Amino acid sequence: MSEQAAATTEERIEKLQGLGCARKRVEDARFTQGKGNYVDDIKLPGMVFGDFVRSPYGHARIEGIDKDAALAVPGVLAVLTAEDLKPLNLHYMPTLAGDVQAVLADEKVLFQGQEVAFVIAEDRYAAADGVELVEVEYEALPALTDANRSMDEDAPVLREDIADKTEGAHGARRHPNHIFTWEAGDRAAAEQALASAEVVAEELVVYQRVHPCPLETCGCVASMDKVNGKLTIWGTFQAPHAVRTVASLITNIPEHNIRIVSPDIGGGFGNKVGVYPGYICAAVASIVLGRPVKWIEDRMENLSATAFARDYHMSGKIAATRDGRITGLRCHVLADHGAFDACADPSKFPAGFFNICTGSYDIPSAHVEVDGVYTNKAPGGVAYRCSFRVTEASYFIERMVDVLARKLDMDPAELRRRNLIAKDRFPYTSALGWEYDSGDYHAALDKALAAVDYPALRAGQKAGREAFERGETRTLTGIGVAFFTEIVGAGPVKNCDILGLGMFDSCEIRIHPTGSAIARLGTISQGQGHATTFAQILASEIGIPADRITVEEGDTDTAPYGLGTYGSRSTPVAGAATAMAGRKIRAKAQMIAAYLLEVHEDDLEWDADRFQVKGNPERVKTMAEIAFAAYNQAIPGIEPGLEAVSYYDPPNMTYPFGAYVCVVDVDVDTGVTDVRRFYALDDCGTRINPMIIEGQVHGGLTEALAIAMGQEIAYDETGNVYGGSLLDFFLPTAVETPTWETDFTTTPSPHHPIGAKGVGESPNVGGVSAFSNAVNDAFAHLGLTHAQMPHDHWRVWETAERLGLHG
Amino acid sequence: MTHMHVNLKVNGREVEVRAEPRTLLIHLLREHLDLTGPHIGCDTGHCGACTVDLDGRSVKSCMVFAAQVQGAEVTTIEGIAGDGGAPHPLQEAFREHHGLQCGYCTPGMIVRAWRLLEENPDPDEEAIRYGISGNLCRCTGYQNIVKAIRAAADEMNAARETEQ
Repeated sequence: MSEQAAATTEERIEKLQGLGCARKRVEDARFTQGKGNYVDDIKLPGMVFGDFVRSPYGHARIEGIDKDAALAVPGVLAVLTAEDLKPLNLHYMPTLAGDVQAVLADEKVLFQGQEVAFVIAEDRYAAADGVELVEVEYEALPALTDANRSMDEDAPVLREDIADKTEGAHGARRHPNHIFTWEAGDRAAAEQALASAEVVAEELVVYQRVHPCPLETCGCVASMDKVNGKLTIWGTFQAPHAVRTVASLITNIPEHNIRIVSPDIGGGFGNKVGVYPGYICAAVASIVLGRPVKWIEDRMENLSATAFARDYHMSGKIAATRDGRITGLRCHVLADHGAFDACADPSKFPAGFFNICTGSYDIPSAHVEVDGVYTNKAPGGVAYRCSFRVTEASYFIERMVDVLARKLDMDPAELRRRNLIAKDRFPYTSALGWEYDSGDYHAALDKALAAVDYPALRAGQKAGREAFERGETRTLTGIGVAFFTEIVGAGPVKNCDILGLGMFDSCEIRIHPTGSAIARLGTISQGQGHATTFAQILASEIGIPADRITVEEGDTDTAPYGLGTYGSRSTPVAGAATAMAGRKIRAKAQMIAAYLLEVHEDDLEWDADRFQVKGNPERVKTMAEIAFAAYNQAIPGIEPGLEAVSYYDPPNMTYPFGAYVCVVDVDVDTGVTDVRRFYALDDCGTRINPMIIEGQVHGGLTEALAIAMGQEIAYDETGNVYGGSLLDFFLPTAVETPTWETDFTTTPSPHHPIGAKGVGESPNVGGVSAFSNAVNDAFAHLGLTHAQMPHDHWRVWETAERLGLHG
Repeated sequence: MTHMHVNLKVNGREVEVRAEPRTLLIHLLREHLDLTGPHIGCDTGHCGACTVDLDGRSVKSCMVFAAQVQGAEVTTIEGIAGDGGAPHPLQEAFREHHGLQCGYCTPGMIVRAWRLLEENPDPDEEAIRYGISGNLCRCTGYQNIVKAIRAAADEMNAARETEQ
């Protein structure tokens, strides 16, 4: 017997580096050596560059565009405007939300930074020179930047192209600046609960406009091969297959003649889900010029034009008994969608999954209503490191519970404990219609509170407040407790689609004759480490070591169709497809092994990396031996080869959850906040790679810190965007970022093949609430119930000033 | 626009580039010399993705013109590996300690850490955090980057002791 065969099952499992193993990432060798291949690294023969002329106005009529001076610049090849795109019917493009968006401004500009003309030149410097010389004559119009005023009778009409349409993609429109009204839940029951409640707490919770701001901006290289009529676009696409289908529908180029490739992507966080005018202009320019065209936006363009997130104004009422049982919840949202409705939500959910806003609590009645409106701001509404509008929902309920706790004079952790959904209620159907798959919330909360010694923290806070009263310190401590439930893994095709494309995902596996493999998926990594973790899932399913499995994504010519990576859907959906495809491989392998071992299939059992005859561990066929036989031996009744494909339509979403505690020290004289401690307990179901999970939590918490403590894309009343460069838009450095403590519980998803739920976005969803709750808690004893984010130094100082702390 | 000839040393190799004086060093490296390791993240000198070593200092190469690097010595991520292309201890430590995710900030971050450890071979956590504060990362939350740099420092110091 060979040495390998002599190894125990446990030793062989360890060698596979499958589920649960902190496997080092296979991506890292190329990234640490500067050998990544991002879109701006692509260099094709004859490639030229495109750059945009953008609107300096928030709202203006275009009186004329003069290209002559730009066209005279050496190296400038062409200048495209809406007039050039009209004959192709490409001056508008469909958005993911059922609206249309101007590719190049048509007669009017509707936000500062809007694309007006596209200059193509031999190199990026000449293109930039050309941009400077395109003369656009504008007539300024009154700008509308306060969503609260969008539906006023005298509000300026923004979208003249659809002003007379009384029906939008999501129902009736009652004002030219109205996009949709969407509701969920039982209005009458919620109203009744509020009317009869012993206690009602109310608050306006605003989640400010922010931006995902991945370190790599958006961009593409479009190349039309005029000989064979094939258009290839390399780009920063989080959903390459969807882009191909949409591109085919827009351009009428048959889908087989379009190839979309996502190379390495330098972070996405939702920014790279949408389709942006740059992609269309580059493709058109390549078709017109017959040369590859590169378009890469700069950071200011990225922050002020491609995508934004949040901008939800949430008015809530929460009803409870005096002893802290929540009995009802109502929420009205004013959703500022900017100038075009380009939200990246499943089509039937214009407000995403905002109706997860009952959170982790057993609330018997609830109702939400969302009004989407236009303003003179950039379009977007993407899911910035969260499933669709889940961060907004989670922030809303977590603030409302704290506001209620103040009103009841009850400890916020205790109020949560009294209302968390009990373990024996799962699967739990919420008042707003979701079926939560699994959870043990009380265990998670208890573990978190014990880990931070919550009573001691509160005692320390009390002592600190007394010292503050005595004038011995100018620092106040806040303790933020947050519990969250995510809803991720969109989703079941029965109710989840984007522009009619069902949100299943896929995996295709080929086993090579000598026992290695390639797996291709419909998703695309942007830093999550798919090449590492999907190989681990497969290693455990088919018994081939992860190091011998290549994972490939992002090329629509080779990868199976799938809806891409966002909303934490890769592991719940494509990860499930990977496991299911692996099981198909194993089923065929079992038939082959039975033939080779001359036994009935049912007499075989799987043992890590091999089939063995039951009760006879000497008689085995390893997966490598089976693979070789599959290709090289004539087996009656079984066709050669060992391949499988799985398209997985999930039966339900998955519901990761967690309990976070944040301790923050606030200097009331400067407004400076110092995160003294942050403890994060995450339950993402089955854990595939603990090292990568921990890394995802660190990163998500850091993005949450940025949002809660400083990020904002603000506009002044004339439509000027503030926060359009990294000078103004807060990205924390290593100095501002605290050290994170991570922990976990494990409650597998009952419907996912390996029980995994997804984790990448949880820390952002739970983190924002924890930071904000902590800052608010620091001032709670002085009567503060809620201060709006971001809690930057100025606003915190202002709160202290308002509370009379500056003498 | 007139062009100039720029002579400089990049990763130990003498090169001559014909470029407009206004060409940014990052474009000179990426587009004229095909060194695409350093990246562009912001154009305003905030993010550090374009960090390279210029005459013994970390610089953001989007803030330097071609006209300023005549005769200079530049090291990029492509130039820090050991003999025979063996990964530098920093490159190895970033992999070992999961100090990267999307990889976009990584070349600039490692080249900055490389200079930091030249300046201070034994930095504590605070010194590391301060030392890399010109380089932004959107994925990792820095914790594992700090860990990786500290581990590389230990590795390099141990190797130095062995040599002595």
